Order: sequence, then C-alpha cells, then structure tokens
Amino acid sequence: MKYMLIMRATAEAVEASKTMDFEKIITAMGEYNEALMKAGVLLAGEGLADEAGFVVDFDAETPIVSDGPYGETHELFNGFWIIQTSSKEEALEWATRCPLGPGSKLEVRRVTEASDFAEFADNEYIQKEAGWRKELGTE
Amino acid sequence: MMSDIRRTVDAVWRIEGGRIVATLAKMVLDVGLAEDLAQEAVADALVQWPESGVPRNAGAWLTAVAKRKAIDGWRRRERLDERYHAIAHELDEQIVEDWQPIDDDLLRLVFAACHPVLGREAQVAMTLRVVGGLTSEEIARMFLVPLATMQQRIVRAKKTLSAARVPFEVPEPDEWAARLGGVLGVVYLIFTEGYAATSGERWIRTELADEALRIGRVLAGLVPREPEVHGLVALMEFQASRFAARVATDGSPILLADQDRRRWDRAQIGRGKAALARADTLGRGRGNYALQAAIAQCHAIAPSIDDTDWERIVLLYEALGRIAPSPVVELNRAVAVSMATGPASALPIVDRLAEAGALRGSHLLPSVRGELLARLGRTDEARSELTTAAGLAANRRQREVLLAKAAAL
Repeated sequence: MKYMLIMRATAEAVEASKTMDFEKIITAMGEYNEALMKAGVLLAGEGLADEAGFVVDFDAETPIVSDGPYGETHELFNGFWIIQTSSKEEALEWATRCPLGPGSKLEVRRVTEASDFAEFADNEYIQKEAGWRKELGTE
Repeated sequence: MMSDIRRTVDAVWRIEGGRIVATLAKMVLDVGLAEDLAQEAVADALVQWPESGVPRNAGAWLTAVAKRKAIDGWRRRERLDERYHAIAHELDEQIVEDWQPIDDDLLRLVFAACHPVLGREAQVAMTLRVVGGLTSEEIARMFLVPLATMQQRIVRAKKTLSAARVPFEVPEPDEWAARLGGVLGVVYLIFTEGYAATSGERWIRTELADEALRIGRVLAGLVPREPEVHGLVALMEFQASRFAARVATDGSPILLADQDRRRWDRAQIGRGKAALARADTLGRGRGNYALQAAIAQCHAIAPSIDDTDWERIVLLYEALGRIAPSPVVELNRAVAVSMATGPASALPIVDRLAEAGALRGSHLLPSVRGELLARLGRTDEARSELTTAAGLAANRRQREVLLAKAAAL
C-alpha cells in the first residue's frame, strides 16, 4: 500500500526556519530521504516553493481564483512524500523519523488503489473490459 | 495492547531487520546465529515495550539487546577465549545510540541469503526474511504454504548456512558476476511468482511483486555501479506498471493487446525509464535484464499495439538472443517480426523452432504458429495448430480463448 506524508507547518514555523542554519536542514532532510531510498520505499516526493501561490475556489458556479493559500488555514502545505509500505504501522514508523521541529506536522494518508473503487461497476474502464471479454469470448 | 505492540515491532523489523541481522552477523560471523539472536531481541521487545514504551531508536535497542545475548551466550558456554573476550569487552563499552548500520554488511547479508549452498526455495525464504524484513507468517501467506512449513524452511536454511560455514563476505572478483546474477535471479523469481502465479488471490500476487521491487531498489542502492541491478529494477517497474490493466474484475488475465493503456501506472513507467537510463549511463552495455526492460519500455511508451516500435523490439530480441539464447526469446522475436514486417517473414523462424523440437509440450509454439498461419490465410493449418495449442494449454481460460479462435476461422 502507498501512503502520502503531507508536510504542513505554521506560518510562524516557516518564518522561524528562515533564521535557522539552512545547510543543517538540507542535510537532515537529505539523510531522511536517503534512508527512505535505501529502504526501497520512496516512490516520489517534492517540496513546494516558499512563494505565494493561488487558490481556485469551486464554491460558486464559476471557479473563483484568489491569491495565497486557503483563507482559513493556519498551516502551510509545503511538501510531500509518497512511500510504499506493507502496513499502516510501517508508514507511521517512517513518519515519526522525519526530521521536523516544533510548528510542523506530518499528515499521513493512504493513497487509494484500484481495489478501493471495486464497487463502481459502472465505471467506464470496467465496462470497457466487459466489452472486450464479450468480443474475445472469454466472458 | 499486545497486538498493537506486535504490529509496531513488525514495522520496526521491516525497516531495520536486515541491517540489524547484518550488524550481528558481522560480529558473530554466522548469519543463522545472527538471525536467531535478533529474534530473541524481538521477543524481548514484545515483553518490554508495552511497559517501557517504544524506544526512540528502536533498531539500536534491538541490536544492543541481541549483542548482549551473544555475549551472554559466549560466557555461558565458557567459550570466552581471547578473541571473544576482546569483542565482549568492546561491545560492553558501546553505547546504544552509537549504532550506525553499514551498507556493506547488508550487502554481505544479501549474498549469504542467496548463497548457492541453499536451494532456490530456501534462498527466496531467506531473502524475504532477512533482507526484506518479512515475518515468517507473511512469507508463508504469500507462498500459500502452512506457517510451520515456512518456519521449518527458514530454520533449515539457517542451519545449512551455519554448517557450511558460509563466510560473511561479498564474493571474490572472479565469482562476483555469477553470484550477483544468482541474487538478481532470486529477486526476479519472487517478482514473477507474484506476477504470474496461477493460484491464490490477486492481492497476494501484487504483494509479492511489490516485495521484489522493494528489495530490488535496496540492491540498486547497495551496488549502484552494477547496470544489471538497474536493468532488473526497470524491468520490474515496467511490468508492475501494467498490473491494474492486466487483470479483469473477475480475475482473468487481459492480454497486452487488449489492455486499457490509460490504466497503466505512468509514475511507475517513469521510474522504470529512470532506472533503465541509470543502467545505460554506466556505459557497460545492456545485459539480460536491461534488454528485457528495454523491450518492456517500448510497450510502456507506445500508445497502442499498432503504434508500437516493433522494428526496435525485433532488434532488442536479436540482442537478447545473442546473450541469452532460448526458444522463448526466439519465439518472441518471431512475434515481433510478424508485427514489424508481416507473418510471412516470421513463419520461417517458428518453423525452424518446430523442426528443432523446441518448446515441445508447450502451447506457446503452436498458438503463435496458428496465429501466423491464420493471418496468411492458411485457415485449415491454422485451425489445426490452434486446436493442438488448446490441447496443450494448462490454464482453462487460455484453452477457451484458443478454441474460440480456432472456431472463428
């Protein structure tokens, strides 16, 4: 199963990190990433730029675009990893090893798989497969 | 909660197990004993952690406890000669937090687990156990054998390694290529067992293939200068990228030509391409796995069967046939030739195989020959070949497909 580790930090923590030794932060994160790679579990991971983005809001009929992160959030989403583990506990174990400090959080969410949508039998793909099986006489 | 601790310990073992056993094996110079010591430490953790809480560096804790058990064992058996005395003293001095696993030790462990003194089944079990960090229960479940059988297989493997005094080291240069080939063979066997298993539930197969991929990635980190390791990882990534599209909802296989390519895992294909590029960057040419990966890549990047670069696949099969000649490779080449230049040029290749008596007893040759004859309009011969193929097919569903094709001619 795959898990996404979603890194979030408060605005204060992001601000505080600017006074920290960035070399040290990079090294600690680098070691963590290397450990994930050496264990063969890292599938993907990216950091998000520390500059204002924009938000597309779907409340109204026409999506509304505004600057910055979600208005009511107190934490900034600033990066993620996707890891492949054999259990939730293993994902948790990796998450607790992440070198983050006060003001930071990791949210751990399972990535959905095809089997999560097994009940959607009317899905386009599944119907298409059924069609093939008819054609092939393998039904 | 006992079961919660069990799951936590399993998770730690999964992440650190291989490195813990490697560290211990380096010390006691016996992989079997090292694994026993580590298991004793795990048993201690199950008793102590519910009380004390999970230590901050759980891997270091397990390693330290196992080391102490080794020392105690030596003392008990009064085998504290000069050498062990020195080691024991040194270990007593060591602080728990000091533990820094060494990659080379893990590599030594990989070679021990896949040592030729063990049979294939034992190599597979030991690799999953000590390198993959799986529990015996998990391995037994994946291979659909009773737990007791798997436990016995692992105990015997450990005894065999001890009895044969298998050294805890990487092979000498003159043995290196063959031994590394053996290790890669074990990993790929685990993968294909998951990829093409005929029995069991679908999830079991995916799990095994995932395990092989994980171990393959670990290996790529341990011997990054070996092109074939990256070739194997690339091959497994490409093949695994098709998992979701490969099996119908009722569990029956869907052939490459009929797969919905939109369901292929693009991120996984990307990782496969990156791994193959790493193999190529090393500039030592493509080996068996890298060539198979290159063929898989041609399929992975093609929008459809017709828009596949079949000329390139023909060339790749020719190269593969030169370094690893086999009737299956030759038959695959024939299929690629038929797609690239038509059935007339492919048929002689298949005929040569048939004349040589290759693949006798398998449905593969007559089914390909039947397809080619059908495309050439030689209907009666095609029907006869397809019927022969159907009679040889082991899988019921395959048989039905072949008979249906014969009937439709």
